[in-house]
Amino acid sequence: MKALKGRPELYTSYAQDMAFLNTRPKRAWTGGLVVFALVVPFLITDDLLQLLATGFVAAIGAIGLNIVTGYAGQVSLGHAFFLAIGAYTGAALSGSQTGRVIGFGITSLPVWLLASGLVAAFFGVLVAPVAVRLRGLYLAIVTLGLVFLGEHVFREWTSLTGGPGIGRPAAVPELFGVRLDRDNALFTAAQQLYLVMFVLLVIFGVLARNLVRSRVGRAFAAVRDRDLAASVIGVDLTRYKVLAFAVSSFYAGVAGALLFVVNGFFDPGSFSLLLSVQYIAMVLIGGAGTISGAVMGALFITLLPRITRELPAVLPFVSGDATGVITVFQLEAVLYGVLIIVFLIVEPRGLFGIWVRVRNYWRTWPFSY
Amino acid sequence: MDEFLQSLVRGLGTGSIYSLLALGFVIIYKSTQVISFAQPAFMLAGAVLVSYLSPAVSFFGAVLVAAALIAVLALGVERTVLRPMVGKPVFVVAIITIGVDVVVRVVTNAFIGLDVRQVGDPWGLTTMSFLGVEVQQRYLVMIGTTAVVTVALFAFFRYSRIGLAMRAVAHDQEVALAQGISVGSVFALSWALAGGLAALAGVFVATGAGVDQQLWIVALKALPAIILGGLESLGGAVAGGLAVGVVESLFGTYQGDFAPWLGPNFGLVAPYALMLLVLLVRPYGLFGKREVERL
Repeated sequence: MKALKGRPELYTSYAQDMAFLNTRPKRAWTGGLVVFALVVPFLITDDLLQLLATGFVAAIGAIGLNIVTGYAGQVSLGHAFFLAIGAYTGAALSGSQTGRVIGFGITSLPVWLLASGLVAAFFGVLVAPVAVRLRGLYLAIVTLGLVFLGEHVFREWTSLTGGPGIGRPAAVPELFGVRLDRDNALFTAAQQLYLVMFVLLVIFGVLARNLVRSRVGRAFAAVRDRDLAASVIGVDLTRYKVLAFAVSSFYAGVAGALLFVVNGFFDPGSFSLLLSVQYIAMVLIGGAGTISGAVMGALFITLLPRITRELPAVLPFVSGDATGVITVFQLEAVLYGVLIIVFLIVEPRGLFGIWVRVRNYWRTWPFSY
Repeated sequence: MDEFLQSLVRGLGTGSIYSLLALGFVIIYKSTQVISFAQPAFMLAGAVLVSYLSPAVSFFGAVLVAAALIAVLALGVERTVLRPMVGKPVFVVAIITIGVDVVVRVVTNAFIGLDVRQVGDPWGLTTMSFLGVEVQQRYLVMIGTTAVVTVALFAFFRYSRIGLAMRAVAHDQEVALAQGISVGSVFALSWALAGGLAALAGVFVATGAGVDQQLWIVALKALPAIILGGLESLGGAVAGGLAVGVVESLFGTYQGDFAPWLGPNFGLVAPYALMLLVLLVRPYGLFGKREVERL
């Protein structure tokens, strides 16, 4: 090792090359970001913290979608369905036993979080056999059908969901006897939720990163690039497609259970096709097939409404009410569409791709290649 | 029996709307191998355009003008947004069309506002006696128009030179190119055709109830239709559309009596359930082409 000290980018083994953080700048940046994220809750206001916490949860969901769509290449428009399964499992397990809707009163966060993930994964495995038989756009439309069927069930099953327009309380976050959604002597509710969501994002991010750089991840990539070729070289297509769906749905379930904890309330109308499209947008804008890209995309999409709301101050033709040429709400909806189009045409690797270009510019500086 | 026939006609009527939309999806798919999720937006835009034009140039004039304008809009979208993406993975292109859909729909919604706009059709909700059954006129008009349009389309593909070119491109793009066919104009034309069909379908959806911001959801019913019929089959699209309409209508009429545990309004999602069942048995739809792959 000593001889390598002066040459940090010389790899002498495959393990070194595939290491979790394989370069020195990566280690420094990651460490710096984690420290920064841990300091942030003591610097900014609670409403921004809540937004960031929601963004972290969305990132967990986006990582899940990225595993099945970005890594394994199985296009899923059904992510909203799995998010819903997770959300209702978590809410039902932790809900009050005496309330208007089904509840079992198990408020311990690790328990209902794991259960939500597992139930969603179970449904993922149920759907997977269809996915194994279909490919490409057929699969996209079938998963889209799943969203509509799910919406119907959640709309009608009012003893679980509270019914459309009314909704039910979200999962109750309690960790070691401390209610995370209430202020206490040390932290405010927003600070606690932010920190917990951040820790969970790091855990699930690291797990996903480890999965995709393992044998399983390479099999996923082979299936994505050419499934026929993958099966010829001995990748069991059925097994890996089912696995991809299971892992992705597990992540979706976890994210779904946490997604409404910050707001505390949700109704069955939340799980529409729009939600699926938002997650697709997160993955594509962030960069398909990268974990950090999914996180960037999720934060970007979550913060987008907030950013557009600041725009009337800067751009005079955008208005907060109906008086201007275009309102912020219209602008926000248009921006989704335009951003997806622009990113896919100009920078198909998304925000991650932009980062790679910046990084390579400085890594090879002062040379331009 | 009357009830059954009435819901059958109603199903065939809405089914013919789905067929028109499904034809658009399949035409685009056959020539460019992409599913265009922008169809709902074109459908909505067509209906809104008619609601603005019909006081000025009469309902039928408005339908023709709107279909032509939406066709031009679709052609423009293909030229500017889709053409740079030729050769990219189909999934990416499909997602781009979702982006197009969102943008076009937001702009169109600004013209709808919060009210329901009327398209000024002459049928409204009036009924007439057809073979001894009371049915709404508009359903008969839908079935008739769709039949005419479908026959015209099939004749166009079968007998015209451009139709032949489109079939050639659907068969193999590169070989068609080598034969001197302008593949680009075939792409553009198929988008224009699909746009026009979507506009026509939009008008039909809006007869009776009018146009509001939620109208676009109807267009998504064409997706189970094309999957049922198979993505490559024009005939399958028509059959799939009609099947979806009939299933939806029959479920709406009878499911409350026979299977109340499925919950009210199950008819609206029944097509998706039907699609899942058919795909489990036939992964390429009823009339789809089984892909033969080689390495």
